[in-house]
Amino acid sequence: MSEAHAEMGFLRKYVFSTDHKIIGIQYGITALVFLFFGFCLMMMMRWQLAYPGEPIPLIGGLLGETRTDRGAMLPNFYNQLGAMHGTIMVFMGIVPLAVGAFGNYFVPLQIGAPDMAFPRLNMASYQAFVIGGVIMLVSFFLPGGAASSGWTSYAPLAVIATTGQTFWLFGMMFLIASSLLGGINFIVTIIHLRAEGLTFFRLPFFVWSQLVTAFLLVLAFPALQAASVMQLMDRLAGTSFFMPSGLVVGGEQIAAVGGGSPLLWQHLFWFLAHPEVYVLILPGMGIVAEVIAVNTRKPLWGYRPMVYSLLFLGFLSFGVWAHHMYMTGMGTTMSTFFQITTMIISIPSVIILTCLVISLWGASIRFPVPMLFALAFLPMFGIGGLTGLPLGLAAPDAFLHDTYYVIGHFHYVVAPGTIFALFAGIYHWWPKITGRQMNEALGKIHFWFSFLFMNGIFMPMMFEGMAGVSRRLFDPTIYVTGEAAHGLTIMTSWSAWGLALAQVPFIINFFWSMRKQEMAEDNPWQATTLEWATPTPPPHGNFPETVVAYSGPYEYSVPGAERDFSPQFIKQEA
Amino acid sequence: MVIPYRAEPHPLTGVTSGKLGIWIFLASEIMLFGSLFSSYVLLRVGTAAEYWPRGIEAGLNVPIGTMNTLILITSSVTMVMSWASLKMDKFDAFKRYLLATIVLGVVFLVVKAFEYGAKFDHHIYPAVGWPEATDPSIFYGLYFTLTGLHALHIFLGVLVNLWLLVYGAELWKTERVRYEGRIEISGLYWHFVDLVWIFLFPVLYLL
Ligand code: HEM
Ligand SMILES: [Cu+2]
Repeated sequence: MSEAHAEMGFLRKYVFSTDHKIIGIQYGITALVFLFFGFCLMMMMRWQLAYPGEPIPLIGGLLGETRTDRGAMLPNFYNQLGAMHGTIMVFMGIVPLAVGAFGNYFVPLQIGAPDMAFPRLNMASYQAFVIGGVIMLVSFFLPGGAASSGWTSYAPLAVIATTGQTFWLFGMMFLIASSLLGGINFIVTIIHLRAEGLTFFRLPFFVWSQLVTAFLLVLAFPALQAASVMQLMDRLAGTSFFMPSGLVVGGEQIAAVGGGSPLLWQHLFWFLAHPEVYVLILPGMGIVAEVIAVNTRKPLWGYRPMVYSLLFLGFLSFGVWAHHMYMTGMGTTMSTFFQITTMIISIPSVIILTCLVISLWGASIRFPVPMLFALAFLPMFGIGGLTGLPLGLAAPDAFLHDTYYVIGHFHYVVAPGTIFALFAGIYHWWPKITGRQMNEALGKIHFWFSFLFMNGIFMPMMFEGMAGVSRRLFDPTIYVTGEAAHGLTIMTSWSAWGLALAQVPFIINFFWSMRKQEMAEDNPWQATTLEWATPTPPPHGNFPETVVAYSGPYEYSVPGAERDFSPQFIKQEA
Repeated sequence: MVIPYRAEPHPLTGVTSGKLGIWIFLASEIMLFGSLFSSYVLLRVGTAAEYWPRGIEAGLNVPIGTMNTLILITSSVTMVMSWASLKMDKFDAFKRYLLATIVLGVVFLVVKAFEYGAKFDHHIYPAVGWPEATDPSIFYGLYFTLTGLHALHIFLGVLVNLWLLVYGAELWKTERVRYEGRIEISGLYWHFVDLVWIFLFPVLYLL
């Protein structure tokens, strides 16, 4: 076998690999490219919002007649950008990076396994992800352009939209299939392949977060799969699952065979999409917990309550979906139920956040770049979560629904929240993946400017929303509220472009540190979890000798120990 | 280092990785068909009773549907028999039973195709309301979507079994336990797909 490995060609080794580490890197690079692409779409939208009707600088002329008029954006193109920005960021950016990349690379390492339970399935799930992504990208070049009915694809709008929507549905089916295969793989891997001695309560918090995430993927995504099949039937076979009879669009009656229900789509969509928001955040929490434990040199405070909260959160996330639908006239009984569950589900998030904050108490904290990102995560996620509470109650939501406040709320959770956590993960684990340290100075520049501009983008949105500016407007200045808040809109746009510039040091760091930076040791942060027991970078099969876990995941500053960290993989003298 | 395949059951769960995997997969399938059944309920509840036909009224052929149900149940039995034969080391019997399962699956699909054909001959398509002109129910839309998706599952099951019969048998000579595991996993999937039909049949044809 070992000779066969040495002879593996480039394709086998890097493209059709079944090694979880290579697949993780593939996921990571692809997802970063998609994230960047989705970000570019958003920057174009920000131009239109700040300077409605003015030609887009530099690229306005290149986009073609169907998308622009003398360089200025057309409304239909704006809608495509909005729908695809959301879709790409959520399904092709954050989830593949958080689960596909970090999960794939570090779950097997942290549990002391040689690989995932089903290596070939792993490869298949990456391939399905790429196919889905390509279908989504290709849809921009269709006549009529890409999907333009929002990332939520609400019926009836989506059913009567152009061919781009059909591509969206097919693309989603591949992305869903990819997540399903991945989810199954993670669950089996974590349950079956843990190293000897690694009981469930010795698992790092990151592994727990991936386990719960995998369950959410496996059990929530099929609802959207079913809904996509039905919407495809509506679009291609003329059924009317989501089309009410007697619908009139643009003065013309739409032929629909039966009394379908647009609300049915919303139910199915949110049954997936609420658990999906936890898919977006939980891996981030997991990474932050790891980084904080390492850099405080203390055990995590309240590890067990955190794990129980995680499980409770995963469980309850299936029972809150209709809080996205308070404005649909569902009646007080239903709305009371969902208000109650929504208030309850905020408790475990608060417990986890509180535990992480208390973990800082009395620690002699080190402040490398990953720790800066992890520390910034705490207040940012805090703001995101707290602003969710008014949305979870029907009365204030009547005022805030479909305004920029909602956009501000969830971006605080996902952008300065999850994305900061992912950056923390990249800086933290970079030495393990590449064998080199990232440059600290560039990292600090990257952090501080990102922090500044993230808030510059999303804080004004909260105020705009409270001032009554609706989301998804092509030109907000046509309304008094939008006109009055236009200063904030412009500030947001400039912050967005600033955030793009703030990524330049990161991109330089990324390529430069791969070759030029000094070599890292096997365990440069002096951490305790199993991924640091491997040589750097880890070889095929990960561990030269079978590892055994002798203790819990965060044995830092153990009284009486020689050093301030006692790795799980080293037996301590009693 | 060579990544070892684990054919032995894990002490914690008592099953192999493959089997745990298929159970989790089936859980997600339950969510898939569960979503579709829920949609059925929601749509039907939202339609006035006189506009929603029973399957017979809508022209579905109950005797043929019953026959197809029996075919699938039989195929489930032959699937179990094939696995049991394999376990008892009767490789020829195993092959015969697996072949029978495949044939029964194909027969099911052929019958289904004739049913569809008969509907198309009467100009009944997914996009036809019931009763046609006067008013609206999306009965046929649901009928074609649900049975179509189910048929796709049967088709995939047939393919997998065929592959196991033709190419997989090599594995039996070299890695027996692993091959038995695969047959068991394929069997679990097959039973699940039959079970879905057991729900679909009364819901669409009888209720
Ligand atoms: C901590 C407790 C949270 C509460 C109480 C909460 C509540 C809500 C509510 C009620 C809405 C609907 C607002 C409306 O449309 O009028 C909403 C929207 C949203 N939330 Fe949260 N949320 C919480 C945490 C999160 C988390 C952790 C995420 C993860 C990333 C998230 C992501 C989103 C997204 C993406 C939307 C917008 C969906 C859309 O309409 O496009 N939320 N939230
Ligand atoms: Cu929600």
